Amino acid sequence: MKPRIGVFSLTSCEGCSLAILELEDQLLDILGAVEVVNFREGMTERSWEVDVGFVDGAVSTPEDEREAKHLRESCRTLVAIGACACLGGVNTLKNRQEEKDYRAYVYGDRAAWFETQPARPLSAVVKVDFELPGCPMVKEEFLRFVQCALSGRSFQLPDYAVCVDCKKKGNLCLYEKGVFCLGPVTRAGCEAICPSFGSRCEACRGVLGEQALVTAGVNLRESYGVALEDVLADVQRYGAFQGNTLP
Amino acid sequence: MRNVTIDVKHVTRVEGHGNISVRVTDGAITHLELKIVESPRFFEAFLRGRKWHEAPHITCRICGICSVGHTSASLKAVEAAAGIEVSPQTRMLRKLILNGEQLQSHVLHLYFLAVPDFLGVGSVIPLASTHPDVVRRALRMKKLANDLCGAIGGRHIHPIAMHAGGFTHLPQPAELVELKQRLEASREDLLHTAELYSTLRVPDFTRETEFVSLKIGYNGEYAFYEGDLVSTREPKPTDVQDYRKRVIESVVQHSAAKHCRSPHSAAYMVGSLARFNNNAAQLHPEAKNLAEKLGLRPVCHNPFHNNTAQLIECVHCTEHSIELIDSILTHGLKEEPLAKPTHFGRGAGAVDVPRGTLFHEYELDKDGTITQANLIIPTGQNLANIEADMRAMVPPLVASGMSREDITLRLEMLVRAYDPCISCATHLLNIEWEE
Repeated sequence: MKPRIGVFSLTSCEGCSLAILELEDQLLDILGAVEVVNFREGMTERSWEVDVGFVDGAVSTPEDEREAKHLRESCRTLVAIGACACLGGVNTLKNRQEEKDYRAYVYGDRAAWFETQPARPLSAVVKVDFELPGCPMVKEEFLRFVQCALSGRSFQLPDYAVCVDCKKKGNLCLYEKGVFCLGPVTRAGCEAICPSFGSRCEACRGVLGEQALVTAGVNLRESYGVALEDVLADVQRYGAFQGNTLP
Repeated sequence: MRNVTIDVKHVTRVEGHGNISVRVTDGAITHLELKIVESPRFFEAFLRGRKWHEAPHITCRICGICSVGHTSASLKAVEAAAGIEVSPQTRMLRKLILNGEQLQSHVLHLYFLAVPDFLGVGSVIPLASTHPDVVRRALRMKKLANDLCGAIGGRHIHPIAMHAGGFTHLPQPAELVELKQRLEASREDLLHTAELYSTLRVPDFTRETEFVSLKIGYNGEYAFYEGDLVSTREPKPTDVQDYRKRVIESVVQHSAAKHCRSPHSAAYMVGSLARFNNNAAQLHPEAKNLAEKLGLRPVCHNPFHNNTAQLIECVHCTEHSIELIDSILTHGLKEEPLAKPTHFGRGAGAVDVPRGTLFHEYELDKDGTITQANLIIPTGQNLANIEADMRAMVPPLVASGMSREDITLRLEMLVRAYDPCISCATHLLNIEWEE
C-alpha cells in the first residue's frame, strides 16, 4: 500500500508547502509513490487518516493549538517543516512585544475580535517525529526524507555547521569581506545558499547549540567588533534563539 | 421562494484559510460573509524596533507565493524612506525577477488551482494520469519561472540576493542566455495553454466595479515594478507616496484581514484584470494578439476573466523577460556595491504583484530603526469586492433553480478567480450555506 500523505499549515506563509510543488522534476515520481490524501492548498478532497503528515507554520492561536493536537492524533508520523514549525519562525518576533500593544497596533480598538497567543514551535505543543528546518525548508532535504521514509532507511539532519558546506563550495568567506555571518554556529544542510548568493547566514535552520552561540557571540564582539544587538537581531529573526540576551 | 444556506469551511485550492457563509431566506440574502479565519500575523507590529535593512527579508516571509513581490515593495519603501537611489542595472534585474514571480504564480493558479474546476476534478493530481501532457507542461512552465527567480535572487521562495541598494549576487551571462532560450521555447507551451484555456467555459457574470492598479504614463511599459496609482473611475495618476488618498482601510469582525475602499467606490478590484483594464494598450504586441483572440477587451467587468488576464500577462511577462535579458546582456553586468542610505524618514513603495497592487510604508527614526509600518495587501483590497460580487450573483442563481451544490461550486470558483492569498491578507476561505 502506498503511504498516505498530508500537508497542513498553521500560522505561516505556506512557503514550505509551496516548496513541495516547486520540486517540478520529481513531483510526478513522488505522486506515483505516495497517495496524497489531504493538501488544502492544492486539492478539494480531505482525509484525516494520514501515515505521514507534514506541517508548516507556528502555533500562534488557540485554533492552531487545537489543530496541532488533532494533527498529532490523525498522523502516524508527524513532520515539522520549515523554520516556523521547527523554531517558531518570524512569528516569534511578536513575542518580544507586549501582547496588548501589538494587537492594538494592527487592529486598534477591535483587537479583541482576533485571538492570538505567543508563537511556539510545533514541538512545544505535541510530540514531533522529525524536523526539516529552514526558511523555507530545503526542497532537497525534503526529497531525501521522502526517499528514506519510502525505503525504510533512518533519516538524520547534518550535525555540523553551514561553514563546512560553504568551504566545500569554495565560497570566499564573508568574514574576509568584513561581513559577519552565523554560518559557524548554524546547522548545515542548505548548501550554504545564503553565503553562496553573497548574503550572510541568519541561522534560519537553528543553531547547533547554545554553547556554540555564546562562544561565537563573544568571538564576534572581541575579534570582529560586532555589536551584540546585531548578533541577537539575526539569531532571533527566525526563532533560532528565544532568549533576550547572550552572556 | 427558496431558502438556501451554504457553509463552506476552508475553501480549498486557495492560499490560506477562509470560509464562505451564505443564508438566503425567501429568495433574498439575509447573511453573506467571506470569513477570513487565518491566524492574524502582526507583521506591522513586530517590524517596529527592527533595522531598516531587515524589512525586505522579514516581510517576504508574509507569503511564500508572492515572496519576490513583498521583497520588491519593501525594498522600494525602505529606499524611499532612506533616500537610496538604485542603479539602472538593479532596476532591470528587479523587473526580471518580478516577471519570473508573475509567471510562477499565474501558472500555479491557472493549472493547479483554477483548471481542476473546469475539468470537474478535485485537484491536479488525477490529471497526472488522465492528462499527463497537460501536467508536464504546467510543471515545465512553473520550473522555468522558478529558475528565472533562482538565477537572480538565489531562490524563488524568500529570495536571498535582493537587498536595499542593490544585489549581493549577479547571474552569469551564460545563465541568462540559457534562460532566454528556454523562455523562447516556452512560447509553444503558452500557445497550448491558450488553446486549453479557450475550450473552458468562463461563467457569465458582470457587475460594474472600480479597477485599481499602477500605470506608467500613457506609453510607458505595462506596470508591475513601478508606476503611479490609477483606476477606471479616476484615471488621473496619484503618486504612490500619497497612496492613502486612494486606499482606505477598515477592520471588520469576520475577517482577520482588513477590508479596503476607495474615495470613489465602497469596493474595488486589484489584480491581473485591473491591470489589463487600465493598461491593455501597454501590453506586448503578442499579449495584445492573445487578448484579441480570447475576446478580452477593456473595461471587462466579469471577475472570472481575471484568469484570462493572468494568461495574457504570462505572454507579456515571457516576451518582456526576453527583451530584458537582451538589454542586460547588451549593457553587460558589473559588480556594484549596495547603494547607501542618505537620510532616514518616511517612505512608501508600491508594486503590482501577481494578485494586485501591494503597498509597504515605513517610518524610520534617526538611527534607521523602524518606528511605524503599514502594509496593504492585494487580497485584503479585493475582499469587499468579492463579497459584493457574491451578493449580486447569488439571488439570480437561487431564482434560476440552480442546485445548492452548483451554487456552492460557482461561489468557490468566484473566490478562486481572484486567486486570493490569505496568509498575505491576514496579516480566506470556507463557504457556509444554511438551508
